[in-house]
Amino acid sequence: MKTPLGQEFAATKAAGAASTPVIRLRGVEKKVTTVIGKSGGGKSVLLKHMIGLLKPDRGQVLVDEVDITRLGSHELNEVRKKFAMLFQSAALFDSLNVFENVAFPLREKTKMKEAEIERKVLEMLEAVGLTGMGHKFPAELSGGMRKRAGLARALVMGPEIILFDEPTTGLDPLLARTINDLIVETQRKFGFTAVMVSHEIPEIFGISDYVAMLLDGVIVEMAPSEEFQRTRHPAVREFIAVGPRPEVVTSGESRRPGTHA
Amino acid sequence: MVASAVAGFGRTTLGLVGEMGRMMVFLISTVAWMVRPPFRFLQVLKQIHFIGVKSLFVIVLTGAFTGMVLGLQGYYSLRKFGAEGWLGSAVALSIIRELGPVLSALMVTGRAGSAMTAEIGIMRITEQIDALDTMAVNPMQYLIAPKVLASVLIMPMLCSIFDLIGIYGGYLVGVELLGVSSGAYTSSMESSVEWKDVYGGFLKAISFGVIVSWVCTYKGYNTTMSAEGLGTATTEAVVLSSVLILIWDYFVTSVLM
Repeated sequence: MKTPLGQEFAATKAAGAASTPVIRLRGVEKKVTTVIGKSGGGKSVLLKHMIGLLKPDRGQVLVDEVDITRLGSHELNEVRKKFAMLFQSAALFDSLNVFENVAFPLREKTKMKEAEIERKVLEMLEAVGLTGMGHKFPAELSGGMRKRAGLARALVMGPEIILFDEPTTGLDPLLARTINDLIVETQRKFGFTAVMVSHEIPEIFGISDYVAMLLDGVIVEMAPSEEFQRTRHPAVREFIAVGPRPEVVTSGESRRPGTHA
Repeated sequence: MVASAVAGFGRTTLGLVGEMGRMMVFLISTVAWMVRPPFRFLQVLKQIHFIGVKSLFVIVLTGAFTGMVLGLQGYYSLRKFGAEGWLGSAVALSIIRELGPVLSALMVTGRAGSAMTAEIGIMRITEQIDALDTMAVNPMQYLIAPKVLASVLIMPMLCSIFDLIGIYGGYLVGVELLGVSSGAYTSSMESSVEWKDVYGGFLKAISFGVIVSWVCTYKGYNTTMSAEGLGTATTEAVVLSSVLILIWDYFVTSVLM
């Protein structure tokens, strides 16, 4: 859909660590990369640095070789057009219904005609399996449906990069899998770069191309998903070995896209 | 002992000064975003409806009873000098100069201000404000500026409704109930109320509109990320804007005298 860009992120100060740790994600264009790590370990903080919601005390956040920590609000907004973010709580606007939520970025940031907006929004709602739900308000939706609507809103501007902040937290395992599958399915369809933070092990190994582990503000290990599971790093081993051994989901049958969450 | 007391006092003072600075920056940036396109007429209209139209009932109610009680009290005091005829003037001047702007602002603080804090606070906690930011929509412009602008526009109108109903309430009690002559009530009002009284009242109402919306949106915008924090923020917003309204009222009155 878009040309590869070679995005590179280098963010410092994850979770306010005392040293100047550097986190780099490179070579992950159009792939799904998941950052795992302890709860409260700075994963969400890392994501919020990438999109400029938080500013590091020192260091850089590079997006296409531009250090976004030095940009004014106008330039930062230009950079943000490349991004979308799916928040942990989906962050849908309560005062708007699902249709208006998805249409919101189009109405704010484009000069599209109303008919065009409607077509685009309906297409997105269909892509996330929310056909016919446009008139519902966020308060009337289940957790899974809210995530779907949030994903539709993230997708609607055709971003190059989508950041996912624990997309399956608070959902039951079955629903979590459905949402994960939906993310992978839409990623394949629309070809964006997905950066996800999660602590859902082993679920994430099946859906991620790359996995990275954030420990004390530093990415201590990053590798393709399968390789990552054979890591020798003791702390990472300990983290991913908690609970039953990873059972990787690779079979296509377990994916049930389009079912209502 | 003394050192720690001094240190504590210093810390509190510094915290207070810092907070005042942040509030000032918040207000300035709100105004800066207000005058920058795109202008959000629809948002402003919605807020006018929320702050103004939905406060009408409580304004009418408090206005009526304030006027009525002033009628009673004024009659009681003035009768001692045999000056019941001046009741209209007493009621009208107290309401137009003082009680109209102040009480309507306090009512709006309680009804709409607290709701503003809660609404913005919840948007902060549920990351809706962050979501606006990620969509490159400035939350100051989209959320805060319309509320402040709507408050400033609507407060003088609410105040004038309060004035009108209050004066009529005083008339009801004074003339219909206590038997002051209707002509004396209106003519004393006509001869003593000047344009500068009305104008001063409106000026107060406008400035109170700024205070209510500024304090209440600031507290919501900077809430801590918990239900308890939001509760505290709402309480602080109502208390701080009420107190500021009364303090500011004194200074404006002393200048306008």
